[in-house]
Parts: sequence; structure tokens; C-alpha cells
Amino acid sequence: MRQTRAIELGTGLFVLLGFAALFFLVTQVTSRQFGIGDGGYRLVASFEQVGGLKPGAPVSMSGVNVGRVESIEYDFKEYRARVTLRIGSAYDRIPDDSDAGILTAGLLGGQYVGIGPGASETFFRDGDQIQFTQSAIVLENLISKFLFSKASEQPAAATREESNR
Amino acid sequence: MIAALPRELLASLREALATLGRYAFFLLRLLAATPRGLLRFGLVVQQVHNAGALSLVIIMLSGLFVGMVLGLQGFDLLQRFGSEESLGVAVALGLLKELGPVVTALLFAGRAGTALASELGLMRATDQLAAMEMMAVDPVRRVVLPRFLGSVISMPLLAAIFSLIGLFGAQLIGVQLMGVDAGQFWSQMKGAVELDDVMEGVIKSGVFGVACGLVAVYEGYHSVPTAEGVGRATTRTVVISSVLVLLLDYMLTAVML
Repeated sequence: MRQTRAIELGTGLFVLLGFAALFFLVTQVTSRQFGIGDGGYRLVASFEQVGGLKPGAPVSMSGVNVGRVESIEYDFKEYRARVTLRIGSAYDRIPDDSDAGILTAGLLGGQYVGIGPGASETFFRDGDQIQFTQSAIVLENLISKFLFSKASEQPAAATREESNR
Repeated sequence: MIAALPRELLASLREALATLGRYAFFLLRLLAATPRGLLRFGLVVQQVHNAGALSLVIIMLSGLFVGMVLGLQGFDLLQRFGSEESLGVAVALGLLKELGPVVTALLFAGRAGTALASELGLMRATDQLAAMEMMAVDPVRRVVLPRFLGSVISMPLLAAIFSLIGLFGAQLIGVQLMGVDAGQFWSQMKGAVELDDVMEGVIKSGVFGVACGLVAVYEGYHSVPTAEGVGRATTRTVVISSVLVLLLDYMLTAVML
């Protein structure tokens, strides 16, 4: 009797430890936040270019995490990407003329949606659309633009040099 | 002799296929008995204790050292690219998705699988299983099934503990010894690791639990009832489980990646 009790105790401890480890891994190692997934409200924003934005990416205001990207779809009416954001219910006073942009954390970090507050007296409500959006910057486009402008500068510089001579 | 070679090859191939079939039947038999086997809670608890709780020390110790090595190697590698802050991500993904489940399963096969196989083999050799059949007690349901369920339940828990301890081992080396910023270590990890990655590890270790448990009880239950037979059953358990775990690991990774 005493022995089976010790076995049961040891087993209980083991199972508890196992589930505690699993719980820790799920809550502390991943960025999953419980609560925000169900509560809060939705905002919609359409972007020309979402770049590497993925569902689950954070939505931040001044660096404070206020929600997550719920889904990204392609809208065939506007021919733009349609991003649904889920904002925590504690952040219910975002002016309805605020703008949203897709930004990158650090040089090689993941992309996130940044909301810059507007000046309106009225606030966003569930299902509203963010009017002012700024697309993700695609590095390749930026580099090609830069190179292109450099290349078009080159002949001008060359002719100037020639005329100086 | 040359003419006999293909025939021998064919025979051994047929034997291998037959073994696979017997394994499948045994698994089906165990699965069919599982709902009723779970009702005999005390027996299962005892086996979770034998397979899981008693493996805890070796799992934790191995996890700590595997994590520390990962921390050291990962730091050395990432430092060359000047991104040692990503150490947390590298270690966490490596442990959760690969090393946690696989190393746990290999250790489990060595620690608990052999114990199961030799126990069942000895029961067979000393006619204890036959005696149960005489008393109209189904030995598969009474003896084999709780042991199988014990390892299926234990494996994911052991793998989770392994990964967690490993993470702390890596943190110990990376942050305390090598001076990676602790905030970066954890926040980059949180940013990059998804719930799916954790679930991948859980699914893998669950499958490995079924594989290791099945091989151990099958080999033990069907061992030749001699001293030599029990020894061979134990050896076969380790060899088959290890190869099976690595094989399944590749297939599961290819499917889930």
C-alpha cells in the first residue's frame, strides 16, 4: 500500500512536470498571447504591397504591442492586399484617421504593422477600415531605383567632364 | 549456389514483410484494446512510473548537456556572422523540432524499451504469460497494453522536459558564459518560434512513443523463451527502435516542414 502510494506520487509529479514544461514551452517560448485572439476588435487595411508580412505578426503603436495580424488576403475588387488586424480591447481609443504602415524590425527582422495615431475626435470601431496606409518597402525595388538613378546620373557627369576638358 | 541466392534473398524479404505484417497486427490489437485498457488506470499509472518517472533523471541530465553543447556550438557558428543574438532562436527550434523528440526517443529506447522487452521476455521464458492464459486472463490486455500505453503517455512529456532543460542549458552557456544579451536571447526566440513548432515536437514525440513502445512490447512478448532469446529480444528492441525513430523522424519532418 505504502509502495503503490509512492509510485502514484512519483508518477503524478512526473506528469505534472511534463505538462508544466509543455505549458512553459507554449506560452513563454512562442509569442502566442492568450486573450487577444478572441477578444478585442478587428480593423481592415488595404496595402499595395505587404512584402513579407505574415499572419500573427505584431501590430504596434509607438513600439507598444497592441494586437496582431489576423489574416492577409488578396482583394480582387481593389487589386490590393487586404490585411485584417485584431486589436486588443484595451486599445479602443485609436483615432479613426490614424495611418497604418508595414515596417521592418531592425535590418533583417520580421515585418510588423505600425499604427500612427491621427488627430480625429472619433475612434475606430469593430470592422472599420484604415484609410491611410503605407506599403512595405521592398528592398530590391529600392536598390534597383537607386542604381537606376545612379546610372542616369553617370552620362551627365561624363559629358560635364568632357566639356571641362 | 548462385541459383539459390535469389531464392534466399526472396525468402528473407518475405520474412521481413511478414514481420512488418505481424507488427501491424499487434499494433491494431493494442489499439483495439486501448479504450478498455485505459479504464484500468492503476496499471497504466504504474507503467507511466516505470517508463517515464524513472527515466526522468537521465532525460534531464542529457537535456542539460545537449542544450549546453548547442549553446556553445551555436554561439561559435553565429558569432562568425555577427548574429549571436539569434542563439535563442537557433537553440529553441533545434531542440523543439529535432533534438528534443529524437534524443529523448533514443534514450527512452535504451532506458525503458530494453527494460520492457527483457521483463516481458522473462515473463515468457518463465511461463508467466502462459499461466495467465490458463487463468483466462488475456496477457496482452493485462500486461502488454499498460506497458505500451505507459510509453505512449510518457514520451511527449519527457521530450517537453528535455527541450525545456536544454533551453536553460543553452541559456546558461550563451548568456551567462558567452555574454549574449539575455533580453535578445528570449525576445528573438519568442518572435521566431511559433506554436506550430512546439506542436511539431509534440506530434513527433507522440509518434516515437508509439514506435518505441510497440517495438519493445512486441519483441519482448514474442521473444524465444530462453536466456539467449531474451537477450536477443533486448538487443533487437534497441536496434529496431533507434532505426525506426530516425526513419520516422525524416518522414515526419518532410511532411510537416
